[in-house]
This record gives sequence, C-alpha cells and structure tokens, in this order.
Amino acid sequence: MTQKQVKQQNVIIKGTKDGLTFVLNDQCAFEDVMEELADKLSERPQPQENSARVRIKLVTGKRYLEKEQIAMLQEQFNDHISADIDTIETDVITKEEAEEMRLDSQITRLARVVRSGQVIEVRGDLVLIGDVNPGGTVKATGNIYVLGALRGVAHAGRNDNKQAVICAGEMSPSQLRIADVITRPPEQEGDGVREMECAYIDENDQIVLDRMLKVGQVRPHISDDLPE
Amino acid sequence: MGEAIVVTSGKGGVGKTTTTANLGTALALNGKRVCLVDTDIGLRNLDVVMGLENRIIYDLVDVVNGDCRLHQALIKDKRFESLSLLPAAQTKDKSAVQPAQMKKLVEELKQDYDYVLIDCPAGIEQGYKNAVAGADQAIVVTTPEISSVRDADRIIGLLEKEEISAPRLIVNRIRPQMIKTGDAIEVDEIVSILAVDLLGIVADDDDVIKASNSGEPIAMDPKSRASLAYRNIARRISGESVPLMNLDEDKGMFTKVKKFFGIRA
Repeated sequence: MTQKQVKQQNVIIKGTKDGLTFVLNDQCAFEDVMEELADKLSERPQPQENSARVRIKLVTGKRYLEKEQIAMLQEQFNDHISADIDTIETDVITKEEAEEMRLDSQITRLARVVRSGQVIEVRGDLVLIGDVNPGGTVKATGNIYVLGALRGVAHAGRNDNKQAVICAGEMSPSQLRIADVITRPPEQEGDGVREMECAYIDENDQIVLDRMLKVGQVRPHISDDLPE
Repeated sequence: MGEAIVVTSGKGGVGKTTTTANLGTALALNGKRVCLVDTDIGLRNLDVVMGLENRIIYDLVDVVNGDCRLHQALIKDKRFESLSLLPAAQTKDKSAVQPAQMKKLVEELKQDYDYVLIDCPAGIEQGYKNAVAGADQAIVVTTPEISSVRDADRIIGLLEKEEISAPRLIVNRIRPQMIKTGDAIEVDEIVSILAVDLLGIVADDDDVIKASNSGEPIAMDPKSRASLAYRNIARRISGESVPLMNLDEDKGMFTKVKKFFGIRA
C-alpha cells in the first residue's frame, strides 16, 4: 500500500468575482509562505498594461501579520501581478487592537444634566440619563442615546463612523452631527415637541430624523442578540 | 455658625443685587442675624440699594489687605440692628482679592451671623470665583428670558464643580400677563430646563425699582407683592415650607376691583 505524500500547500489561490483570495498556511514559517508565493506568482502570466488592478483578500487564519510582513506581501503582488491587498481576514488580533476595539464598543452611562458650556466626550457609545441643555455638547465615537431632552449639540460617530445614530427622548437639538455630516433643525418655530426620535445618515448622505423604533431597521447592528 | 449663601446669575441685570438686599432685609425682619457682602469690586451697588452709601469708611479690599479690622468695615443697617453690610471697593478691580482670602473672610463672618449673603458680580471670571469661594449654598437668579436662562444654566454647571450644595432658583421679574399670552417662558419650563429646585418667584413690579432708588428695599413695604415674594423666599431659606404665590389669581382679583372703579388694569 503506497501512502500518498500530499505536500501541505502554504499558499492557496482562489478566484472570486471580487478578485483573488490568498489563503496562507498559519502553521509554517513566514519565509516559507513568501517563497511559495513567489513561486506561484511567477508561474502566473504578467497582466497586460493598463488593466485594472486586481483586489486581493488575504486569509491568514491564526497567523498575525506584522505591518512589515504585509508590506513584503504587497511588494510581491506589485512585482508579479499588479494587485492590491484589499482586506485581510484573520482570526487573531493584538492586545492593543483588542483594547482599542473594547474602548470603541464600550458604553458610558451618565446620569446628569449637560449644561450650557459643558462638553462631554466619550469613546464608544454614550447613554445620558438626563438632558443636554442648549449650549451643551455631547460627543461619542459610537452612538448617542439621550433619555431626556436633547436641546444642545450631539456629535455621534466622531471617527468617521457613518453608521452611528443619535436617539433622544425629546429631540430638539440646536445641531446634530454624525461623522462629518452636520444638520440643524429648520428655522421655523412651533414644530411641536419631537418625542422619541432617532437620527441617522441616509443613502443620500443626509442626516434624517425618524421615529425611534425605526432605528432597529436601518441600523440592525446597534441591537444585541439575546442568547437563545 | 451661620450659612454662607452666594446670589449669582451669570448674566447681568437680572436682579442679583436687588435680591440680595431684599432677602437680607426679609431675613433680618424674621429676627435673623444677617451680613450682606458685596463682591462686585469696582462696580459696587449693594450699598446704594440699601441706602448705606454715605456710611462707607472701609471696604472689603481694606479688610483683605489688613488695612482695617473686619468689624470696622461692617456697616450697621439703618433699620435693623442685626443686619450688616460689607461693601466692595470702588477704586480697585476684581483681581484685588483672591478666592482663598474670600474664603477666610466669609468663614470669619459665619461665626457672628446666621446668614452671610454674598452678592456675586455678573460674569464667570475672577469676581465670580471670589464670590463662590466661601459659599455653602447658592441661589441662582434668572428672569423669564432665553438669554438669562441660558446663562443661569451655565452658572449652575460651574457651581456643580464647587463644594456647594445643589443651587436653588429664583425666577425674577415675572410678567404674568406675558405668560398668559404665551409671549414669555413659563416658570415650569425654566425649572424643567435648569433641573434645579425652585426657591421662589418674584413678579415684575415697578415699586421694586422705586424702592431701590430711594435706598429702602421693597421687602420693608408690607403691602407690595414683590415684598411678600421676598419674605416668602426668606422663610423658605430658614427652612419653612411656604407655598408658591399664585401670580394669576391675585392679579385677577386686583383687576376686578380696578375694573369696578373703572381703572385701567
């Protein structure tokens, strides 16, 4: 009985409609990956001039890629097939990255009134159990939920997170900002009290106001899944 | 050991000095020992409103600099033995006093008086910092105007940072007629925005200005409605529970009487 010696491939290339996917073995040394990649890429025909650059997705499994290593890979792609690393799918992140993610997804709860001249700045989401008075400002990298009246300025998604939302028990802000989009209420008075509303960026890159319950439909990710 | 209460507002011209003078007078009427401190150095008014301007020899800056003793600078009121005034200096400016010095001064006054009422200057700079330095409590004065409410909100935010119990609110110069027509902000709305306890409301009254001009606080006049309002507030400060005045009802009665005699309401 002859045992078939299947050599473990360190680089597997797959073609998809979005571009190429490179699955890198996460058990071997990085040099081996580079070596095999160079081999495989050199077998491929050089792309024609002026052709669109191919987008590459790297799947690295449990291998953590350093910045320099990503640069080396990119260099290889430049040399052989003029393609760009678009996304990297990995199972591992560094502690710092994890900490950053934690900070950006944390929820800060505050029970107070944000008064004129006061600025509250948080990372992640902000739940304010109280009001934001005219002249007061609340800022968050994530979403902002004001249980009371929002009469001042609210700025959600501060590091360009266009998915962020602003919800308020009473929505009468002097200004709303989400990522880099700014809006203010129409000038005419006597619009009536706007209760239980949410603000988000629509497909036209405009901030729109809607009933609060709508937020679950337009931004499903803000709702947590309950364990079964 | 007395209590030190700062009367502040942020915005100028809402009636801090008038309120201080009248609350001081009303508290003295109730037999309390009261000292009024004017911290508006350079723009002193409290002595004028109290009608004590011509009795000033030494002032707050003199006391702080050690040019005189505290009791030498204190002016006894004409009407009440138990009411005194520590006037501000008119020739210096706010930087002539430091918060630490004010704190020491107020501490000293609290030994001899039940209430030390500190009249705060407008603004949120040095003068404000001096005024709140020694205070245990704060009264925020506002009028039913959007700018005044905004500044009151700012001041309350700043007071929260100090070691002072939660500030209480006086809404001054209310014009019931304007509220009725919907042209002025309602007291309830002001309280809901500022989210602090309401200490009292005072209706707009020409007699208040008249009384101030004659150096006789309106609180001395038992017939005036503003006087009653100040007396009520003074009782609340002393811990009594006094219901808020109903501005509307009384007005209705007055109007009826006036109408009966054919006087324009």
